[in-house]
Amino acid sequence: MDDAGATSGSRTFREGGTEERHPDPTSFVSLRINGNTHELRLDNRTTLLDTLREHLDLTGAKKGCDHGQCGACTVLVGGRRINSCLVLAVTCDEPVTTIEGLADHDRLHPLQEAFVARDALQCGYCTPGQICSAVAMLDEAAAGHPSHVTPPGRPGAGDPELLTPEEIRERMSGNICRCGAYANIVDAIQEAAR
Amino acid sequence: MPTNSPPQVPAAPEEDTAERRDAADRRDPDARRDAGQKVTGTARYAAEHTPPGCLHAVPVPATVARGEVTAVHADELLRRPGVQAVLSHTNAPRLGEAEDPTLALLQTARVPHRGWYVALVVADTLENARAAADDLRIEYATEEHDPGPPAGHPGLYAPEEANGGHPGLRERGDFDAAFATSAVRVDATYTMTAQHNHPMEPHAATAWWEDDALTVYDSSQGATKVRDVLAQLFQMPRHRVTVVSAYVGGGFGSKGTPRPQAVLASMAALHLGRPVKLALPRRELAAVVGHRAPTVQRVRIGADSDGVISALAHEVVTQTSTVKEFVEQAAVPARTMYTSPHSRTSHHVVALDVPTPSWMRAPGEASGMYALEAAMDELAVATGVDPVELRLRNEPDTEPDSGRPFSSRGLPECLRQGARLFGWEGRDPRPGVRRAGDRLTGTGVAASTYPYLLSPSSASAHAAPDGTHLVRLAATDIGTGARTVLARIAAEALDVPPASVRVELGSSALPRAPLAGGSSGTSSWGWAVHKACTALAGMVRAHSGPLPPEGLTARADTAEEAGRESPYARHAFGAQFAEVDVDTVTGEVRVRRLLGVFATGRVLSRRTARSQFIGGMTMGLGMALTESSTLDPAFGDFAERDLASYHVPVCADVPALEAHWIDEEDPHLNAMGSKGIGEIGIVGTAAAIANAVHHAVGVRLRDLPLTPDRLLPHLRA
Ligand code: FES
Ligand code: FES
Repeated sequence: MDDAGATSGSRTFREGGTEERHPDPTSFVSLRINGNTHELRLDNRTTLLDTLREHLDLTGAKKGCDHGQCGACTVLVGGRRINSCLVLAVTCDEPVTTIEGLADHDRLHPLQEAFVARDALQCGYCTPGQICSAVAMLDEAAAGHPSHVTPPGRPGAGDPELLTPEEIRERMSGNICRCGAYANIVDAIQEAAR
Repeated sequence: MPTNSPPQVPAAPEEDTAERRDAADRRDPDARRDAGQKVTGTARYAAEHTPPGCLHAVPVPATVARGEVTAVHADELLRRPGVQAVLSHTNAPRLGEAEDPTLALLQTARVPHRGWYVALVVADTLENARAAADDLRIEYATEEHDPGPPAGHPGLYAPEEANGGHPGLRERGDFDAAFATSAVRVDATYTMTAQHNHPMEPHAATAWWEDDALTVYDSSQGATKVRDVLAQLFQMPRHRVTVVSAYVGGGFGSKGTPRPQAVLASMAALHLGRPVKLALPRRELAAVVGHRAPTVQRVRIGADSDGVISALAHEVVTQTSTVKEFVEQAAVPARTMYTSPHSRTSHHVVALDVPTPSWMRAPGEASGMYALEAAMDELAVATGVDPVELRLRNEPDTEPDSGRPFSSRGLPECLRQGARLFGWEGRDPRPGVRRAGDRLTGTGVAASTYPYLLSPSSASAHAAPDGTHLVRLAATDIGTGARTVLARIAAEALDVPPASVRVELGSSALPRAPLAGGSSGTSSWGWAVHKACTALAGMVRAHSGPLPPEGLTARADTAEEAGRESPYARHAFGAQFAEVDVDTVTGEVRVRRLLGVFATGRVLSRRTARSQFIGGMTMGLGMALTESSTLDPAFGDFAERDLASYHVPVCADVPALEAHWIDEEDPHLNAMGSKGIGEIGIVGTAAAIANAVHHAVGVRLRDLPLTPDRLLPHLRA
């Protein structure tokens, strides 16, 4: 099989023979993260979130609950937003973008800029997840994915005019902010979407 | 897109000054100082430091409600690859006397409540530690437990003091006689479930020992306090302990006192001679980091037919644990708010076999002002007086309980401004009459209050020859904007641009400072910074020629200023207005609008202040509608322990929020003229929403939160 690493971002394989009575509980994993390839041996139980935080020193993705309930760990996998605490690293075969990979060198991503400009954060712990989530959310909206509050029959919310605060609030509700910065987060996303 | 240009602000009508101010806040050019680090993921929180050789610890909570640990089967686990240690009361380092008994961890076999930590597993990886902690077999001798409920409990007693050092009981005049002869009487009992702080960053610590010195990165609201407590527990001089709390993912009171993670990580690091990292699992927080205790609050108000109050009683029944006494001081705001010549404010508490309550954002005020302000709404309905007008009619000349004059009292102004901005005038007071399809709509108002608190602090200020300045103190920025506002205070005192001031905070190695709590951070730290910078400015003025290479340094301490007794009653006030829709089919309440106006002295940083206000209001919305916690009597522990079951508000719950403030000059506070703003935003929100729900549906529901199951029976009837 062709090495698909360049496009799919990672591959995993099990070390050791199949006849072993106690299969090695670790795997070699190759992950493509923020444009860099990382090859590492990981306990098979390691989540993508713990891989980032504990093995790659990419601590921008936060652990708020470890159970897919808060969104603090949101990163982009293959361009889609996912809760990285719910993904085992060994299953992750698409390129990963974390908050550390959003800025273009010193130039912040427009959403990062907007979060600063609108003070869309306080403690900052939910912030990387909010921003990664918003990046993918804007793409989803641009691709015409409807949300729970999109009126039936509307031709998708791709038109930024249709991305109302209500749409943003609905689409961002997987990311909890206990500091209660939602009002500013919605403003920031609207500003960045324009 | 033009990300750097200020947001477009629609032209506001000339006379609408508060709205213009709101627009000005949004344009405030001085961005939050640490926003850059936070939006790029480079701000490092307590568990994001990994010293070489760092091990991972996972705590093991008790699974019984009361009893003793009789066996810890550590041997089975120690044979596993990667497992380094299993700490329990049998082998954990002995600690010195704990001032806070919730920190006497792994010292005895006693289990005071379910969820209390009985062991700690340390392993080379998080995966190994977690699996071992899950598998650790512990045997218990269980005992009968008492989970309450507190109402009517034979163990209820009247505590000497409630939280904050307030007397448990205060009486003035003759409440019973005055109430009995009042023309209009309200007698209502309000309840609320426990509420949980749930900061987004779970409590975490990374600890290591080196040459008999302990260093801990801890998720706390005050590094100095944690340092002092760890020094006491590990019986060592303070200078050999360093606690760093540089970035903290929220606390809301739950990180105000040192918590188990700092002690457990330090113990494990001591036991193993290696760095240890520990983050408490989300689902364990409810039992070990404090919470707002559930309350049953009876409020009785006797008034004349114009609504002027003569008798006011606020009686609170709540619970604490057997580990320590904590009494939610919910009756305390009634001592400040309204004219009440005859008054009784009391607390009763019972110690149960349950987790220990503690501070949650505006303890006492958030809970007590829900009941008091809902009762005021009932009085408005009973007298036919408009709720805004009713509060104005009951403005006291001096603080009712102390008789002291108010240093400033912005409540009337907040009510008037808020009514105007919200469009309150002309409101039809009839409840239950605004129906559109399946929806009923209503509006409500409530007052807010929070005391002005102050603690002694120290700070140093340095002027370098290159024209830059450095301010240093062990303050903590838990998201409040401390870095931003302290730079402003320094710049103002030094009369230099804020950009020339750097603020170093978040470590106990810096000049001693109090914790971020009681909405007192900015006032306490700020005064010390102001004092140090004022002294430094004098030194710079007195200095002729270029500054010496090492620069000039001034130090200040506000022990004296903070210790002075004030002849004034000092409080912040506010008014909150809410509009809700109630779906008569589903029973769901949706907040449509929430508007708050606050009087908090001088606001020092508009942008971070606004974020604090709306953040508090958002949490108040959760208190009103979504945050429900059940104490399971079978286990004596909370049933809703994670974020899937304990519902904090999400983005879709939070409508257009507006926070405004009035410019309040108060010369009796501190060098900046500021009151605290971190907590007042949550005070009154729940009452405003609950009062709006009454206005919408015409039924008075007195149990928070107002979840659909509580509304539906009344909507179908
Ligand atoms: S940490 Fe992944 S959703 Fe909360
Ligand atoms: S900024 Fe603190 S949780 Fe969102």
